[in-house]
Amino acid sequence: MIGGPQGSGINSVAETFAKACIRGGLHIFANIEYHSNIKGEHSYYRLRVESKAPHSHVDWVDLLVALDRETIFGDLNKAHPTHRGHRHEVSPGGGIIYDRSLNLTPESCGRDDIKLFPIPYMDLLVDALKEFGKDKELSKYQVMVNTIAFGASLGLADYDFDLATEAIREGFTGRKAALGDLNVSAAKHGYDYARKSFGEEAFPTKLRRQPLSGKRMMIRGVQAVAIAKIKAGCGFQTYYPITPATDESEYLESHQKDYNMIVVQAEDEISAINMATGAAHAGLRSSTSTSGPGFSLMAEGLGWAGITEAPGPVIILYQRAGPATGLPTRTEQADLRFALHAAHGEFPRIIIAPGDVIETYYDTFDAFNYAEHYQVPVILLTDKFLASTYQDVPPFNGDNLKVDRGDIVSDSDLAGSTDYRRYRWTELGISPRTIPGQKGGIFWTTGDEHDEYGHITEASDIRIKMMRKRMRKIELAGQVIPDSKKATLHGPRSAPITLVGWGSSKGAILDGMEDLKSDGIETNFLQARYVNPFPTDYVQQVLGSARRKIAIENNYSAQMAGLIREKTGIGMDNTIVKFDGRPFSQNEIYEGVKDIIKNGMKEVTVSHA
Amino acid sequence: MLELKTYRTQVHNDWCPGCGDFGIINAIQMTLMEMQLEPHRVAIFSGIGCSGKTPHFVNAYGFHTLHGRVLPIATGARLANPGLTVVAVGGDGDGLGIGAGHFVNTGRRNLDFTYVLYDNGVYGLTKGQASPTLPKGVKTKSMPAPAIIERVNPIAMAVASGYTFVARSYALDVRHLKQTLRAAIEHRGSAFIDVLQTCPTYNDINTKEWYGGEDLPVKAPRLYKLEDSGYNGVVADPSTDEVNAKKGNALVKSFEWGDKIPIGVFFKMEVPTFEDQLDLRMPALRDKPFVEHDIYNRDITPLLDELT
Repeated sequence: MIGGPQGSGINSVAETFAKACIRGGLHIFANIEYHSNIKGEHSYYRLRVESKAPHSHVDWVDLLVALDRETIFGDLNKAHPTHRGHRHEVSPGGGIIYDRSLNLTPESCGRDDIKLFPIPYMDLLVDALKEFGKDKELSKYQVMVNTIAFGASLGLADYDFDLATEAIREGFTGRKAALGDLNVSAAKHGYDYARKSFGEEAFPTKLRRQPLSGKRMMIRGVQAVAIAKIKAGCGFQTYYPITPATDESEYLESHQKDYNMIVVQAEDEISAINMATGAAHAGLRSSTSTSGPGFSLMAEGLGWAGITEAPGPVIILYQRAGPATGLPTRTEQADLRFALHAAHGEFPRIIIAPGDVIETYYDTFDAFNYAEHYQVPVILLTDKFLASTYQDVPPFNGDNLKVDRGDIVSDSDLAGSTDYRRYRWTELGISPRTIPGQKGGIFWTTGDEHDEYGHITEASDIRIKMMRKRMRKIELAGQVIPDSKKATLHGPRSAPITLVGWGSSKGAILDGMEDLKSDGIETNFLQARYVNPFPTDYVQQVLGSARRKIAIENNYSAQMAGLIREKTGIGMDNTIVKFDGRPFSQNEIYEGVKDIIKNGMKEVTVSHA
Repeated sequence: MLELKTYRTQVHNDWCPGCGDFGIINAIQMTLMEMQLEPHRVAIFSGIGCSGKTPHFVNAYGFHTLHGRVLPIATGARLANPGLTVVAVGGDGDGLGIGAGHFVNTGRRNLDFTYVLYDNGVYGLTKGQASPTLPKGVKTKSMPAPAIIERVNPIAMAVASGYTFVARSYALDVRHLKQTLRAAIEHRGSAFIDVLQTCPTYNDINTKEWYGGEDLPVKAPRLYKLEDSGYNGVVADPSTDEVNAKKGNALVKSFEWGDKIPIGVFFKMEVPTFEDQLDLRMPALRDKPFVEHDIYNRDITPLLDELT
């Protein structure tokens, strides 16, 4: 773990370290916690490195790299303290890297079971700068103490420095190449100092490179979404700046030239969704991305997309802790019910909640096909945790992905037509659409109830037919989309305990199951991936024969458990919930399940705050 | 030769007899006919209210959107499919009340489209409440008390927001409206027309007779044409100080209200549109709009390589 004030460059260090590990055949899981603040508040990046790919983080730290005192001791001296630092999270035998001027002792840390590794950050930085004749510009390069600390951590772990060099250089290409050399030198100073001063035995955890298991990408949720959008032929993206969704739109804008994609920063989320719906009606695959506060504003537009049977947009909803501004930079899974019911009235919508970066990629791609095929808005329900967490995975194989634009009437079929009906009654509820500009394809569309032509009507018989036509489409999607996409049972069917979860908690649940297994507790995990259409039959079948059912959700009220009960009549025996704005760790799953089966607790709330 | 009837639909029109909307829709249909625009290359967008029904009466692609959201929806469609001639219409409450944020920001974009504001000072369909353009202190017949707050000035707002063609016309002067509408559609950039309009059912103050000046000591129409008064709002060279000077003139002129009310073009300037800016970023757009491109077989390998 590396911690420091915001603006001190913990991201670049953690991500460079992660990259160096992946290059050495190791596997990573890297997630960040930060404040809603530009500079100064405490932030930390957790980097887990394993020889076998991890799917989650844990709540202990082998090596804590502190860029400031607050990372170790917290801010208890402030009038309104927010955290007590990370010294208590360091595992026995683990260590802390820190600036020598802090003069730490085991007593001052309150820990005599951990190692202290004082590093003269500034002296080493000055030495590194001297080599480049830049030591007079110390204030300009001061932020590079992060790289000194990075080097020291590599040195203690005895990792191959060449891999670090490579990873650093990649971050500084083109005109910045010289800065790359400077950073390599700074890292080397930290690396050599740590090895020389503390010796081989000082820190027992060593990182050893292992043979590469093929190409690996280091990717986080926002990138998986953005790349899937590009792959799916999305031509129009709108957004209003909001944490944690904006990174995705910025990624798209930075690649728009290569892929011909319009990216519009709208004046608010009301405009963002409506522009995207306008673009969808006009013939482009379109999308918008936001988090809860923005989605609240989008409710009205969602209803218009629904009643006008727009072929989109695809809405990416990155959940964060609410309500209102809530915890703006922290994660939560509390918008499941909101996504399902946002906007007044009843209309079909598809909602998918991928569990990891790979599922995020494939589900985002599918979302565009569904939007155009069924002419419905599609919501991809993910969260801050998945959006910002890096994992290493094999490159996506997109060869078998096919764009399905749904039923578009051809120009030749329209030739001579004088009676095109945009909302024609069909058996399946889907009416072949035209794209504005097509001759003979003129249509009207309205947020009022309408007839087959799209003209306003208040006739009760037409209302009934139109409601049935629209709702038929979600029924159809439920029949056509296979259960294998909608839900997954992980682990042995016969396990005495069934964990039930959805979305980004997948990784912690899978890793936690391994811990439980080594403890002799066999579990399986039912992952609900589609919220709508809901895999009712499959879930009923799995849970109908399950013995103890435990819902695990990153929210207060176990919303998915409620939905399952609504759809199947099956209630959970227990719940493990977490609503402190932080994601589940591997050990919290283990601890939560233990509390239930060993300590007889019915409902468990976990938090490692 | 496309005839006027080509632009009409058979949909029953339920506007009140004598509504100013009739003048506006006639002018729209006549302008499309005079410009000989093929109906399938035209898209009409509307908000909510009486004016919201406009697209249903015009034979062209028609989008009857949400209250206040006509501009975002029109913007998305226009950018996606720039082969379309886009005309957005909406009431004064729709555009300057609930949709005011979109009104301002759409002006900033200078999209190539036309926005026609049906300005009658009242919310008609909800039975006559004060709209954002009703002057303070005025009480129409269905209001329980006079308007308690100041009105907004649509022309000044449009100029300040960045619309590059800003004009006012009058629903009952179809000739002038037609002429203004054509100039607006032909203008490259965001064109805004504030159309003064009567609401015979709910606005008993700003009536046809009032606009005709029949209440004045010396009876004379309140409306006069800017071009007849020697006013010229057209910027000849947008690279000079002339821009600010002309904007200033337009602002001053826009506050003229009472016994004399100007109609005509307040401000006009040709500068690159939003579409032009996008073309610069993505040259592929210059050849044809994305909606006609094959963007469904993209190679993402370089993006994946970047991450390895």
